[in-house]
Amino acid sequence: MIEFQAVTKRFPDGTTAVDELSLSVEEGTITVFVGPSGCGKTTSLRMVNRMVEPSSGTILVGGEDIRTPHPAVLRRGIGYVIQQAGLFPHRNLLDNIATVPLLSGWTRAKARARAGELLELVGLPAELGKRYPAQLSGGQQQRVGVARALAADPPVLLMDEPFSAVDPVVREGLQDELLRLQDELDKTVVFVTHDIDEAVRIGEKVAVFRTGGLLAQYGSPADVLRDPADDFVANFVGKDRGYRGLSFLDSTGLTLSQVPTVTIGAPVEATGSEWVLALNEQRQPRGWRSPGSAPSAALREGDLHAGGSLHGHGSSLRGALDAALSSPAGQGVVVDDTGAYLGVVSAETVLEVINRGSAG
Amino acid sequence: MWQELLDFLGSPYNRDQVLVALGDHIYLALVPLVCGIVLAICIGWAAQRWRPVRAVALVLANLLFTIPSLALFLLVPSIIGTKILDSANVIVALTVYTTALLVRPVVDALDAVPSHVIAAATAMGYRPIRRFVAVELPLAVPVLAAGVRVGSVSNISLVSVGALIGTGGLGVLFTDGFQREYYAPIIVGIVLTVVLAFVVDLLLVALRRALTPWQRASGQPAAAEPADSRGGAI
Repeated sequence: MIEFQAVTKRFPDGTTAVDELSLSVEEGTITVFVGPSGCGKTTSLRMVNRMVEPSSGTILVGGEDIRTPHPAVLRRGIGYVIQQAGLFPHRNLLDNIATVPLLSGWTRAKARARAGELLELVGLPAELGKRYPAQLSGGQQQRVGVARALAADPPVLLMDEPFSAVDPVVREGLQDELLRLQDELDKTVVFVTHDIDEAVRIGEKVAVFRTGGLLAQYGSPADVLRDPADDFVANFVGKDRGYRGLSFLDSTGLTLSQVPTVTIGAPVEATGSEWVLALNEQRQPRGWRSPGSAPSAALREGDLHAGGSLHGHGSSLRGALDAALSSPAGQGVVVDDTGAYLGVVSAETVLEVINRGSAG
Repeated sequence: MWQELLDFLGSPYNRDQVLVALGDHIYLALVPLVCGIVLAICIGWAAQRWRPVRAVALVLANLLFTIPSLALFLLVPSIIGTKILDSANVIVALTVYTTALLVRPVVDALDAVPSHVIAAATAMGYRPIRRFVAVELPLAVPVLAAGVRVGSVSNISLVSVGALIGTGGLGVLFTDGFQREYYAPIIVGIVLTVVLAFVVDLLLVALRRALTPWQRASGQPAAAEPADSRGGAI
């Protein structure tokens, strides 16, 4: 969908921002350009919509050389989300979102109607439409930024560190929102970030850039984490890449064990030397009874040890390891789609599967 | 003195003269204001695009403002070839002042438009001139408006000086009064000049408010971010 052919960008001061970049972004995927500052990732992105002109080389979007149309016309067909949203402070949200449709000659009524739809698509209530950007939080502004980029339904979306200016909790929400939108819309997204966590979280493909504008590695996040091309990439993805890599290994191979269970509200005997899992009527885990607990005529939730994340059966090994390590009983609780108890796994079991995986 | 004032205003002829003078004054003060705003915006636009224009424009603006108004009124005819008593002289001279006064605020205001907003506008597919009119200029209005208010007061007071070279305006009442040692027209002239400056200023404030609804819309961000519950825990 987007094809970089030996693209080089040299600035007048002689620095090379991008050096002979050849890379093909597949249609309908989220591809993340990641790397330290000064690695040319943003320059590469901005060359796609000619915000920056390449010094040499060719870029094709949808098979067409980007130098063919007028830059303004090219840009109306490519969504762009900038850091800090870059909303127009003097226009209300609907008019902000309607920018590209209006530039492309839609009627005002049609553009406004479309803007209203988009506001809801990105999870903001329609009545915010009359507000101005200064009246929104950073995260909300960025949602509007995404809506504005999508307004004319462009096949390609360029995102330039869009979530770097918001706090981590909001950022995670925005990342989820982007993944949800992408499921629905199936755009070709190029996303720039300096944050490797963000890159492996949202990217289907990750391009790691190194200082000087060289492409160090291009592959799936799992490949980059498991098999870094060189020391630079290994360093950049970090020492805990093994743990991060678990996000990409599914846990269906895990053998579940069983622990004794009791039901909340039912009479219980004293516990012996092992932990007992308490479930509610729907068989959803509510907590643990520690060894040596006294008998009771009706088990109350307040008597239980809370703690321990739950692991959805079949999701990533990282979640299974988290569940096992965070459980007071040393046993991660595994649940099905409805949240009902299936079994438990110990950290040893998870590690065994990991070792088996990497050995094979 | 009150009697003198009442006698002066009691005459229909005098009242007509005062109204004509007021009309001339408004015309002579506001036409240069509008021309000056337009010119300053054009120069500001050029200064944004080309660095050398910016340096020259700012220095020239400062220099022009130091020329005494009476000298400029007398200088303009020799430059543009009008008659010495032509009111066009005053309009041209005051346009020069207004432009000189507004160039810096315009340049500053355009500088203050956040670069990520301009980058976003470019990336949305605005061509440069349309982007300037639709994005950069509206955002420059608050700073520009402050300069325009100063310019309007300055013009309204300077038009009076034009009376010395025989152009119209409320200044005629001063020259007239001094020559005849008759204070009534002088007082009427002063009061009307002050009232005119005040009314125009109010109108400019109202215009500014109408052009910048987004500036009043402050206040707290709307609803908090939706909480995001990831995974479960017991």
